[in-house]
Amino acid sequence: MTKLQYERPVLQLLNSGAMNKYGTRTEYTPYSHIEGVSVHGLTEKYGSPLFVISERQIRQNFKDANRSFKTRYPKVQFAWSYKTNYLNAVCNVFHQEGSWAEVVSGFEYDKALNNGVPGSKIIFNGPDKTEEELRTAVLNNSPIHIDHLDELYSLQEIAEELNLRPKVAIRVNMDTGIYPMWDRFGFNYENGQAWDAINKIMLNDKLDLIGLHCHIGTYMLAPNAYSIAAAKLSDLAINIKYKYKKNIQYIDMGGGFASKNTLKGSYLLGVDTVPTIDQFAEAICTSILNAGFLEEELPLLILETGRALIDDAGFLLGSVISNKRLSDGRRAVIMDFGVNIMFTSFWYDHKITPAQEFSEFTEDMVLYGPLCMNIDVIREHVTLPLLKKGDQVVVHTVGAYNMTQWMQFIALRPAVVMIDLKGVAHVIRKRETIKSIENEEILPDYLKSFSLNGVEKRTA
Amino acid sequence: MKKTDITIAVTGLNAIDSPGPGISVIRALRESSYYNPRIIGLSYDTMEPGIYMHDLVDKTYQIPFPSAGVDNLLHRIREINKKEKLDVIIPNFDAELFNFIKLEQRLSEDLNIKMFLPSLNQFEERQKSNLFAFGKKYKVKVPKNKTLFSLSEIPLIENDFTFPLVVKGKYYDAKIAYSREQIAQHFEKISVRWGLPIIIQEYIFGSEVNVTAIGDGTGRTVGAVPMRKQYITDKGKAWSGISLDDDKLLKITHDIIKATKWKGSLELEFIKTSNEEYYLLEINPRFPAWIYLAVGCGQNHPDALLKMALGRKVKSFSKHETGKMFIRYSYDMIVNLKEFEKISTLGEL
Amino acid sequence: MKIKQNIAISDSGFIFNPTTGDSFSTNPIGQEIIKLLHNSKTEDEIRSFILETYQISRDHFEKDYYDFINVLKKYKLLEENEKD
Ligand SMILES: Cc1ncc(COP(=O)(O)O)c(C=O)c1O
Repeated sequence: MTKLQYERPVLQLLNSGAMNKYGTRTEYTPYSHIEGVSVHGLTEKYGSPLFVISERQIRQNFKDANRSFKTRYPKVQFAWSYKTNYLNAVCNVFHQEGSWAEVVSGFEYDKALNNGVPGSKIIFNGPDKTEEELRTAVLNNSPIHIDHLDELYSLQEIAEELNLRPKVAIRVNMDTGIYPMWDRFGFNYENGQAWDAINKIMLNDKLDLIGLHCHIGTYMLAPNAYSIAAAKLSDLAINIKYKYKKNIQYIDMGGGFASKNTLKGSYLLGVDTVPTIDQFAEAICTSILNAGFLEEELPLLILETGRALIDDAGFLLGSVISNKRLSDGRRAVIMDFGVNIMFTSFWYDHKITPAQEFSEFTEDMVLYGPLCMNIDVIREHVTLPLLKKGDQVVVHTVGAYNMTQWMQFIALRPAVVMIDLKGVAHVIRKRETIKSIENEEILPDYLKSFSLNGVEKRTA
Repeated sequence: MKKTDITIAVTGLNAIDSPGPGISVIRALRESSYYNPRIIGLSYDTMEPGIYMHDLVDKTYQIPFPSAGVDNLLHRIREINKKEKLDVIIPNFDAELFNFIKLEQRLSEDLNIKMFLPSLNQFEERQKSNLFAFGKKYKVKVPKNKTLFSLSEIPLIENDFTFPLVVKGKYYDAKIAYSREQIAQHFEKISVRWGLPIIIQEYIFGSEVNVTAIGDGTGRTVGAVPMRKQYITDKGKAWSGISLDDDKLLKITHDIIKATKWKGSLELEFIKTSNEEYYLLEINPRFPAWIYLAVGCGQNHPDALLKMALGRKVKSFSKHETGKMFIRYSYDMIVNLKEFEKISTLGEL
Repeated sequence: MKIKQNIAISDSGFIFNPTTGDSFSTNPIGQEIIKLLHNSKTEDEIRSFILETYQISRDHFEKDYYDFINVLKKYKLLEENEKD
């Protein structure tokens, strides 16, 4: 006789207000394959935890976003925001789709150059650019987005020294009805700083002002904020035309469109509530088209969209290390991945689904990561099937900011694979080894020997 | 005349001390002059009294909480529809409406289940956090308000508001705060339950008057009945109320429905000040729990809404009886454990 | 270990404790164990029955079993005077 499938015995108090079991179907519908590739097969081959990226989803997202804007506005250019996910394979998918690069440090700048992006197609943003980096960017003819006056003055000196006319834009911050306002970056619109900076650039004439830039925030839920921002940048551009007879070549609206994650504390799901790219595109394009530009002088519209293009293309596969009961009776499940590699669990309630079949019985639980730290919580509250040691789960929508903000803390970082359009998995970043970390360490000679309780140090 | 058979699913069966509108809506539907409804209850909690009121509700199914998302809800409705062949759904909770509005087209086209709901835009525009802008746009007086996303923003509002003020949740709950500490307390309690943002609203002195109304989506008001609460429970809910003859209030209502082209039912809550000014406090995009008073005054709004959902023309109600009262009462039903077991384990009863 | 005799358990996995007024739901394995406890089976008997019937190792089941017994205790479904 074959034995029956086992499942842990559970007993649930039926109290009023508890989630009924008709409530969480997707969370226990197994997600066993990603782009046709088996989750168990992937972890068997590349280890657990494992990040998986769907190339198809990236290209789909890009094409959809591109279409949303291009059907509404004649000149559109995307620039891949490196900080969101700068694994070279990911960047190159975007570059193949036609994206420029948007970088905020010398490190990211070099990454874009190494990927073969021409200097003139690398937008250099951010408050921290060293003189050396600025010089390189000027020599490469890259558009430099000025964040503050000190940078403006440095650039004017560099221009003089190199006898070149750097291409610049200024970053503008403004009130779009969204709080908190990101007024620490760039020059403020309402109090006249932005116009002041423009005058300084135009009158000094050492820099070539080609664009205007803003980035009003990240995970933005209000398309209307973008129409306000686009109207304010357009207003500056039109005033420049009026005062200096100069056409601004581009308006760069930055990134910030919300991805389909659910923010902690929000009652409804992100997949249902976040605005579509079409809504953002409509807000921005209508605003620029109605601003009063002559048709032949409409500026190029640049978008530095990050999370909305990559988040749902990323998955994290992981396994259950153990389950236990907390002192208050709650079920706790410990996973082999934690906040060290899933930084975004600090602000999202990520959707998590099991990777194998289960019965309809579920439990409320806390999901912990493996770190010896109290903050290592993946979900404070989630209803999942009865997970046991070795069971696998898929965390969804983790493509943005995790593979760049992850920490090498306590454990090594896992491998990342990309599944190509034919369903073939490629390792795009190897699992770290102790070598990858210790490579940069130097142990002074005098610290090399010791003995413990009279026993000499081991020799390797 | 023989009435037409029809199957209608209704939510909001929580006829408790802070009641949902479901049971009142069902009573109104049962008095339809044209239809003979089979009523399918849709419940979230196993303790919703309507589940056990078999003379009003023919059969009840549990449905997923709104926080489980649109896909889960659709899946469950498909299952229910297979057994029940639903014609119309009348959702009655603020928190579930977003999901139902998202599903409106699919339910209509794929399953031929009709609803009569405001558009997403109408729904969003009157959200508590957007109400101030709504007032500006449609020229209605609205108390000053501000949305807060974190406790640290509390000091920022002190220049704009004086105590007491009202602290409100995104969907439900409103509490009065007399000090900064109380704002923080209410903020925490309300946000745990209903999420962010929290809305801070100026406190206006006066008496509360409400209107229940329906719009046909072109700007026409199909019906409207004003009411003043006479007795309020400690949860701020009406225990009894009386229908009013207030032309100014009806005019404001008609203007709002005309300007917004409101589609479906709505409840408007106003404060009337001592010098006869009306401040709009809230627009609830659904029937109020006291909707049966409108029926008692000669306007059966749920019946009219049902007809419009099915694409029939309805005439506007031209009058309502004033001075009619409703007095709410509670009632202890005797329920067999077997029934509770069924709804708890099988999800239907 | 013995389950209180006045506890009612139905085929749907619904459990009612008339002493406290609480009701619970359990999965088929939980139901099986509670029935065995109800019929005064010993821990050894329960274990061998489960190990014979289901695909599970002894260690693994033991961990789950003690956890389950603790939950039953917490909800006061076991006879009070029992020593374990
Ligand atoms: C200047 C700039 N552009 C673009 C982005 C990408 O933003 P998102 O991922 O929200 O689209 C960021 C991220 O903060 C940024 O700082």
